[in-house]
Amino acid sequence: MNSILIRGGRVVDPSAGIDAARDLLLKDGRVAAIEAPGKLAAAAKQADAEIVEAVGLVVAPGLVDIHVHLREPGQGYKETIASGTAAAAAGGFTTVCAMPNTIPVNDSVETTRWMQGAERNSSARVFPIAAATRGSMGEALTEYGSLKAAGAVAVSDDGKPILGEAIMHQALAAAARAGLPVIQHAEDTRITGGCSMNAGALAFRLGLRGMPVAAEAGLVERDLRLLAELKGGRAHLHVAHLSTAAALDAVRRARRNGLHVTCEVAPHHFVLTESAVGEYNTNAKMNPPLRAESDRKAMLEGLLDGSIDCIATDHAPHAAHEKEQEFERAPNGITGLESALGLTLDLLHRKHKVSLSRLITLLSTQPANLLNLKGRGSLAVGSFADVVLFDPVAEWTFRVSATRSKSTNSPFDGWTMRGKVRMTISEGRIVYRGE
Amino acid sequence: MPTTKAITEPTCAVLPNAAQSAGASTMTGGSRSLLSVSSLTVQDVSDILRLATLLEAEEPVARALRLARRRVALLFYESSTRTRTSFELAAKGLGADTALISSQSSSIEKGESLRDTGLTLRALGAECIILRHLSSGAPYLLASATGLPILNAGDGMHEHPSQALLDVRTMLSALKRPENTAGETLLAGITVSIVGDILHSRVARSNALLLPRLGARVILCGPPALLPELALELGPGITIERDFDRALKQSEIVMMLRIQKERLTGVHIDLDEYTTRYQLHRGRLRAHGPQAIVMHPGPMIRGLEITSDVADGPQSVIEQQVRNGVAIRMALIHRALEPVQPVAGRKSAPVRAAKRLPAKKRGGS
Repeated sequence: MNSILIRGGRVVDPSAGIDAARDLLLKDGRVAAIEAPGKLAAAAKQADAEIVEAVGLVVAPGLVDIHVHLREPGQGYKETIASGTAAAAAGGFTTVCAMPNTIPVNDSVETTRWMQGAERNSSARVFPIAAATRGSMGEALTEYGSLKAAGAVAVSDDGKPILGEAIMHQALAAAARAGLPVIQHAEDTRITGGCSMNAGALAFRLGLRGMPVAAEAGLVERDLRLLAELKGGRAHLHVAHLSTAAALDAVRRARRNGLHVTCEVAPHHFVLTESAVGEYNTNAKMNPPLRAESDRKAMLEGLLDGSIDCIATDHAPHAAHEKEQEFERAPNGITGLESALGLTLDLLHRKHKVSLSRLITLLSTQPANLLNLKGRGSLAVGSFADVVLFDPVAEWTFRVSATRSKSTNSPFDGWTMRGKVRMTISEGRIVYRGE
Repeated sequence: MPTTKAITEPTCAVLPNAAQSAGASTMTGGSRSLLSVSSLTVQDVSDILRLATLLEAEEPVARALRLARRRVALLFYESSTRTRTSFELAAKGLGADTALISSQSSSIEKGESLRDTGLTLRALGAECIILRHLSSGAPYLLASATGLPILNAGDGMHEHPSQALLDVRTMLSALKRPENTAGETLLAGITVSIVGDILHSRVARSNALLLPRLGARVILCGPPALLPELALELGPGITIERDFDRALKQSEIVMMLRIQKERLTGVHIDLDEYTTRYQLHRGRLRAHGPQAIVMHPGPMIRGLEITSDVADGPQSVIEQQVRNGVAIRMALIHRALEPVQPVAGRKSAPVRAAKRLPAKKRGGS
């Protein structure tokens, strides 16, 4: 395998506490050395390394997205593992964790393996998240031990939340034994039937049924109660795409009480509010829905004060003909892999002065740690050679017409962003070169 | 001096759908569409009222030359008697050809999307589409997909703008008020109570959004399950009164709404209690609103929200509402298909040639 020397860049690696000028040598898919500028010249020459000039660029561990929908198997017209991971690479992500709501639902060792197969032509490492219950029907647990052995890194029924108390209790306990987290999409679907946006004055005016905050917070609180009952075990609950201040407060309280609960937030939930729905813009329709300004601010605060563990995109591609429907009929979700870094740099780094190191922690180090992805989210010697190089100040305009994804359902089309990915390297292979 | 402003990419405002970003005029069919009353200025309302009166009074043969052979499609995904018939009669009264497409007897049954249905109608020469749909916001989709002027004939729980306009016309004539005063004062000093299932009512939304802008005070009245507090946030000039008698006492006009059984999901209403508290019957009207004008957008459920003696009584203007529907809808179709110059005040119909209007850009706002 060939080698790459990345030189002259500013290495930001929170896992090692580095934010300094460093050169980085990648060899055989791993990080071989990290040294002060110039010190790796001889080693690079010896390894016949390709030289990548990174002057003016940030060199960071490849980003890790623990919540994406790659639509394969079964819905290749929306996305394939190849196209979804190409979008990931273009967005600086080298690791993505794929939700199991495929067709068929990924509740088996076979599908879990299939998704990781070389034939999928991935541009990033794909870790499947397996279904927590068979067919995600919420009735019988899947085989957590063998799914883990096949490569699954968590279990979840994502879009079909586990409502039954007994089965959720079983899932938390069984996942703890297997050493896997349970990821819950917290929505009490018993009170959100027919709803298509956040409950409130805007939904009322638009004549749309609204999802109340309580539908999220209520289920989070229920899950935390179950987690508390299992205290002493190793049960780990991860709350997917948190969107409400009330649910975040519940997570904070539980954590103070020593429970092993973590959570993620999607960029659209700290960038946009429900007002983006405007005149029934289906690219502003997702689940959980865009919320009120107070909730958006709470998500920002949670990121700033550390109570939110990581950023995950909930990348959810849908075909144009599916989104060009009546608002209530259009499917939930937006693409997110290519806009996440730009949005996060703009809002967190530039506007709210969050350090680059903290930002990489949220986008890479912590998500990797959360799902126990060994050798990811770090540039320590011996780690996988997963690297993103980005220009933190370059201005560019996100255009869905240029996306690597098969789908274009993003509310951020035409947004000017600062912070442009210049190169993405996955396990030593250059998988994306930006201009 | 006007300065030239560079067009910059929005960074915090959200862009509409790709299909919509070609410009505001294609997005909503320009000012010729009517998707929500909130897109109307009070001047627009005055103009529409005057145009309705003018067209209504016009000699039918001359009137039928105004939009002779222009093509108007009526696309109805929900059943309708009043709205459909009056839109159809209005279009025909102006000489237009109409085609009715309903979801039960078209390719919609085979799963054709709203977008494709709209494009098909446009390809067949439709110059304006009148849409009734069970899904809130559907007219916005149709407008952006086709670029044609769209008239919203009721979309889900969202709006029913032509109903609100015909209600204004009915109110003015019942109150014996001139319709040619300034728009902001058309209904100055008037209190209108809207009573019943506000939550599911597009008629309530359109009226509650429109009437306060014309000077009226709107009281919304109903039980919390059908009238959440956040209805107040629709806009200024709206109050909530849970006690029907108290609302009635303050009102020159009372508008009754039916309970929309088809849209009640998970809401359970005790009908006996409901009728006790919110039914408009003769005794209640005599006691608390002896002068009040009674309206109902239909369909009525006699014996539930309203009794026959009131619906058919001397204070009722329910049939006038229906009658006014044709005049208002003639004005709306005319506005949709005519050049922007105000027509009100013209004596005859100079536009005879069935020239197609450009579907796109027009100057001004």
